[in-house]
Amino acid sequence: MNTKLLLPLAAVATAALAPSMGFAQEASTAPAAETSYIFTTLLFLIGGFLVFWMAAGFAMLEAGLVRSKNVTMQLTKNIALFSIAAIMYWLVGFGIMYPGEWLIEGWLGPFFAVTSLEPMGIGAADATLDYASVGSDFFFQLMFCATTASIVSGTLAERMKLWPFLVFVVVLTGFIYPIEASWQWGGGWLSEAGFHDFAGSTLVHAAGGAAALAGAIILGPRIGKYKDGKVVPMPGSNLALATLGTFILWLGWFGFNGGSQLAMGTVGDVTDVSRIFANTNMAAAAGAVAALILTQILYGKVDLTMVLNGALAGLVSITAEPLAPSLFLSLIIGAIGGLIVVVTVPLLDKLKIDDVVGAIPVHFFAGIWGTLAVVLTGGYTGEATLVVQILGIVSIIAFVFVTSLIVWVILKAVMGLRVSAEAEVNGLDVSELGMEAYPDFTKG
Amino acid sequence: MKLIIAAIKPFKLEEVREALTTIGVRGMMVTEIKGFGSQSGHTEIYRGAEYAVNFVPKVKLEIVVSDGMADQVVETIQKTAKTDKIGDGKIFVLDVESAVRVRTGETNDDAV
Repeated sequence: MNTKLLLPLAAVATAALAPSMGFAQEASTAPAAETSYIFTTLLFLIGGFLVFWMAAGFAMLEAGLVRSKNVTMQLTKNIALFSIAAIMYWLVGFGIMYPGEWLIEGWLGPFFAVTSLEPMGIGAADATLDYASVGSDFFFQLMFCATTASIVSGTLAERMKLWPFLVFVVVLTGFIYPIEASWQWGGGWLSEAGFHDFAGSTLVHAAGGAAALAGAIILGPRIGKYKDGKVVPMPGSNLALATLGTFILWLGWFGFNGGSQLAMGTVGDVTDVSRIFANTNMAAAAGAVAALILTQILYGKVDLTMVLNGALAGLVSITAEPLAPSLFLSLIIGAIGGLIVVVTVPLLDKLKIDDVVGAIPVHFFAGIWGTLAVVLTGGYTGEATLVVQILGIVSIIAFVFVTSLIVWVILKAVMGLRVSAEAEVNGLDVSELGMEAYPDFTKG
Repeated sequence: MKLIIAAIKPFKLEEVREALTTIGVRGMMVTEIKGFGSQSGHTEIYRGAEYAVNFVPKVKLEIVVSDGMADQVVETIQKTAKTDKIGDGKIFVLDVESAVRVRTGETNDDAV
């Protein structure tokens, strides 16, 4: 370069840089508290509606994996459980999960601490500027509660009555989930012990899976599922919907994991959220590919439903720690989740536990793996230990499994859980709801 | 040979299939149908409007057997498919003129 031009260029450059150099101290400080509040609130709002969209994902996935004669029922259960979760979380759940005053310190929050929002038009002076708006916090957390409940509906499909299931959802979303989640995210005893579950591999997924497992055991398998020592496949009615549902869940998961950063008001935080998005995506992809390869090897053919489950298991696996790992480690964690699903689906059948959509392999088993995998990085604090991770897993699963079992047993005694044999064979849509999902595709 | 046509309740299909294979029936054709007999339909409600559902789902079995087996097949179906409620179905027996096994060309009693 011509030295004659260099000097003027240097002068211009210095002049341009001078203001920022002169105010170097201020340029590197965090943005105003108001900005931080606004961005974090925005994260919760966006993350929240992305997790809401997972409800559509579950609905489509389940509708596609059940037989045509049961689709209306499955869709009804999905929209109903989400709506019930929203109401129960307002009425009692949010208050139990984030106690102002504990009933039993660290273990049990207050009952019926109904949620109310901040007043309209709140000013900066009155807002919790170091966090986010109550409305966005409530909205975001509510979606996680609903996700836990939707895990249960897939397992118990095709033979359960509608209303006993919804009563169970009331108890799960109002009490069981908020209580166990308060132990960690509410600042309870598990978080004091150093347990680490970033977005809920155990709190949401393994817990939902445990509730589903308890239900599947009490409910029993579908008629004709296990005959003469053989497993009878009952293929889903619409794999296009199942695939769409999986992609929708994948999209929603960016909100699920990304929003769990719980802050977006600084350079560090928003960069962390971007790490989380990238790692989450990687884990899903790896889970899908792992299932793709393993089903090809084991069965000589790729099984689409396993690939879909594999992607989801990858997502569940990374959920306990989507921030700390590298992209490569996220790949490994997700891939192992995918392998777990391919192995545990037939395992459940061997145990004669009929899980229609594979929710227990995806959420329960992969959720446990994801929570254990945190020790690979030590978590974003670097302090997670295997012992405490196991403590968290065991205590939460035991609590959810036992309380769910009790509720299922009571419901079975009081209301009955299963439809009659004739109703089950004819399909829940016509028997329970009088409304077919595909009335134009008549039989004969 | 006889062609036995039976309309039965769908949830009885598995039981009937098992009972028939036990007595030596080695093939059958199954179609899902809708129909009515003395079991009338029922009413449903869609978005507040009531409508009549006249046809009820049934399963039709078609089985061709040698003359000697026909009575036993009819009896087995009737005993297994019955639930003592209306809508249990009906069984008809027709004569079959001839039958051929596609793979081997065997005819009549060798084909069923």
